[in-house]
Amino acid sequence: MLNKLMGIVPNASEHGRAVEHMLEMCHWFMLVLFVGWGTFFLVSVYKFNKKKHPNADYHGVRSHASTHAEFAVIFIEASLLLGFAVPLWGKRVVDIPDQSEALRVRAIGEQYAWNFHYAGPDGVFGKQSAKFVSPSNPLGLDPDDESGKDDIVSKNELHVVNQQPVVLEVSSKDVIHAVSIPHMRVAQDAIPGTKVPLWFRPVKLGKYEIVCAQLCGAGHYAMRSHIFVEKQEEFDAFQKELNQMQHPATAPAK
Amino acid sequence: MSSIATADVGHHGGTDPHADHHHHELGFLQKWVFSTDHKVIGLQYGVTGLSFLFFGFLLMLVMRWQLANPGIAVPVVGGFLRSVFGETVMTDAGALTAAGYNVFGAMHGTIMVFFGIVPVAVAGFGNYVVPLQIGAPDMAFPKLNMASFWCFFTSCVLMMGSFFLKGSAAKSGWTAYPPLAGIADFENGNIWLNGQTMWLIAMVFNITGSLLGSINFITTIIQLRAPGLTWMRLPFFVWAQFVTAFLLVLAFPPLEAAGFMQLTDRVLGTSFFMPTGLVVGQSVAQTWSGGGSPILWQHLFWFLAHPEVYVLILPAIGIVSEIVANNTRKPLYGYKAMVYSVFTLGFLSFIVWAHHMYMTGMGAKVAAFFQVTTIMISVPSVILLTALLLSLWGGSIRFNTPMLFATSFLPMFGLGGLTGIPLAFNAVDLFLHDTYYVIGHFHYVVAPGTIFGLFAGVYFWYPKVTGRKMSEFLGKVHFWGSLLAINGLFFPMFIQGMGGVHRRWYDGGVTYEQLAGPVLHWNKVMTVSAGILALFQLVFIFNFFTSWKFGKKVGRNPWDATTLDWDTPTPPPHGNFDKPIEVFRGPYEYSVPGYHADFHPQTSRD
Repeated sequence: MLNKLMGIVPNASEHGRAVEHMLEMCHWFMLVLFVGWGTFFLVSVYKFNKKKHPNADYHGVRSHASTHAEFAVIFIEASLLLGFAVPLWGKRVVDIPDQSEALRVRAIGEQYAWNFHYAGPDGVFGKQSAKFVSPSNPLGLDPDDESGKDDIVSKNELHVVNQQPVVLEVSSKDVIHAVSIPHMRVAQDAIPGTKVPLWFRPVKLGKYEIVCAQLCGAGHYAMRSHIFVEKQEEFDAFQKELNQMQHPATAPAK
Repeated sequence: MSSIATADVGHHGGTDPHADHHHHELGFLQKWVFSTDHKVIGLQYGVTGLSFLFFGFLLMLVMRWQLANPGIAVPVVGGFLRSVFGETVMTDAGALTAAGYNVFGAMHGTIMVFFGIVPVAVAGFGNYVVPLQIGAPDMAFPKLNMASFWCFFTSCVLMMGSFFLKGSAAKSGWTAYPPLAGIADFENGNIWLNGQTMWLIAMVFNITGSLLGSINFITTIIQLRAPGLTWMRLPFFVWAQFVTAFLLVLAFPPLEAAGFMQLTDRVLGTSFFMPTGLVVGQSVAQTWSGGGSPILWQHLFWFLAHPEVYVLILPAIGIVSEIVANNTRKPLYGYKAMVYSVFTLGFLSFIVWAHHMYMTGMGAKVAAFFQVTTIMISVPSVILLTALLLSLWGGSIRFNTPMLFATSFLPMFGLGGLTGIPLAFNAVDLFLHDTYYVIGHFHYVVAPGTIFGLFAGVYFWYPKVTGRKMSEFLGKVHFWGSLLAINGLFFPMFIQGMGGVHRRWYDGGVTYEQLAGPVLHWNKVMTVSAGILALFQLVFIFNFFTSWKFGKKVGRNPWDATTLDWDTPTPPPHGNFDKPIEVFRGPYEYSVPGYHADFHPQTSRD
């Protein structure tokens, strides 16, 4: 409710509900504390101004209510932490879906675009090296590697299948970028020299914005791309189309 | 303990006023420019820092104009800005460029933190007030103190000068993450004279100045306390400065080393932070051999920059504590708990840094560790804030200008602290990381939090420094105007952040129609609020300068305060005290039952 009141971006991923739930609890906790403190504050300021209360009381507050409140705060924070935050994160990084179940896509950032790299029909990514990079081969795929010959690269458009887990292997060619998909409640820095998996299960068809969330230069603000959550048929059609475009010789005729 | 210690600063004459005749013979340069007097150095730091705060705010004003009116020329001053900052930053029509936006953004952060708040809060107030509050004639190492200021001053000149280099100043964020910062600003072909290199050199000078200052604070507070001023009789402000000095002296060296390393990456071709196989603009970067780690920089940077957050906050909490005790006319609630909390806070602040790096991808165990420590650090923070709140209860509160700023610090800082809770949790943070929610969170902590604390301090100690009070009327205008405007500026950030608006967007979010579209109109509200906020700061500036000449004259102790800083002549002379100082009681003995006045000074014998 508080999330909605603040205009939270609609959720479109499975684990996003848990994230939202936790954020909602945090907001309630914050609100209760703020209203509690605020009430005490306003009452004190009103009741103990010089006109109303010309002589200060040396001892002030004598009750120990604040100590109990303090322990209550610690208890709530500890439950949020151990009951929700730690398991939630564990699920993000420990239980990454394996190859058989998930769609694996490499997300490779560059100034100022995202390359989404699919393994193609064989399901194996081609070998890459910086020395092969050219305008026509932005990811530096090894031209002699068979497994790379059916690979597909999609610029600024990430297509995924509804309900199927997606594992993005996030990386960068030049500077640090970040994949942030607010609708999916995920974000991950793209750090050159590393490849970090990021996964989620989209549960709502649609087209959502992907934000580059790490300052990457003058064009950073416009480094927008999209994720398309599609039905299997639409996804297959997209793969086929790109395959024909990028590998006209090897792709089967329509 | 300190009768021996005060003898160490021999030529200042300790607390004996008669040994201090020679200060009248100092020339203008020695007295006001190359001074070793802690009060003059405090003023130098304070005034330089306040100027930088205003300058950093003006940079943001231009940025906010751009966010609300993307691509439209800055009204009135657009042409002037174009001629000052050049073509990299401003278009010929007088609008901010994308690179210019990044320049202003990087410099706003750098200036506010390292050239504004730290110099005012730590070096300004610390230098001026700490020796007075502990009954010392000066800092332990006056010459080191002067060296500290001139290191800082050098860094100011270099940092400001970098605006006028070809390609303008640094533009890779105040965090200067490589490889972006590593490859930035080489377009003009000069590896030394460019924005990012100059940023690093200036930062090295800035850090050196801070380190010299913090060693001095630690030594002074340990060695130069007046007889009878035991640890638990120290004003809380001194405790806050003591812990702050330790944070600086332990956290800054790693950043200074990292700054050097990034500098050698840029000018000597080392690869501390540059990984293998960097492809910039479709060709492999040949300058670096590679093998470095960009994440290493982030660790070194945040190992400083998280304790730095507490460097920004603690002095302000110290100032607020002094003012709350003085104006409620009663002792602080839970002074000892506050002292232990500030120590715990200081210690914990060293083991939470990686919560700034949740986005880099973190294993379950490491993430659990940093989430736990981050939540733990909220406990002493809550204790400090609660103690200050409870201190109000039972008081007889005088709402003068310093007290208005100090009381509003409590809910404002509270809001800033509370909005940090969801950010502590890794999975939730990823949704909010680098959005305006985070911007709102830390600006509430630092602007209506820390900066309001600093304003409170300026109004509070101004009479001690100048012998005159600032205008109460103008002070109240400044306060109410600023309080309203600053909430109009920062509160909508939470709404934008929940809507997915990210920071560092040159066009304010126009590109992202789906995410930013529904909340884009808040940009106008925030920009107008920022403009109004600026107008109310003019009231402060006017008040600050006119009161110097025309303010109401005051005596030694205009606030009927108890601490030693109010036991000196006003303004305090070189050597500070005109009588031997001995301390008999705690710092906040207000409204003591049975005592004839409602304040019982620390030095009073009866």
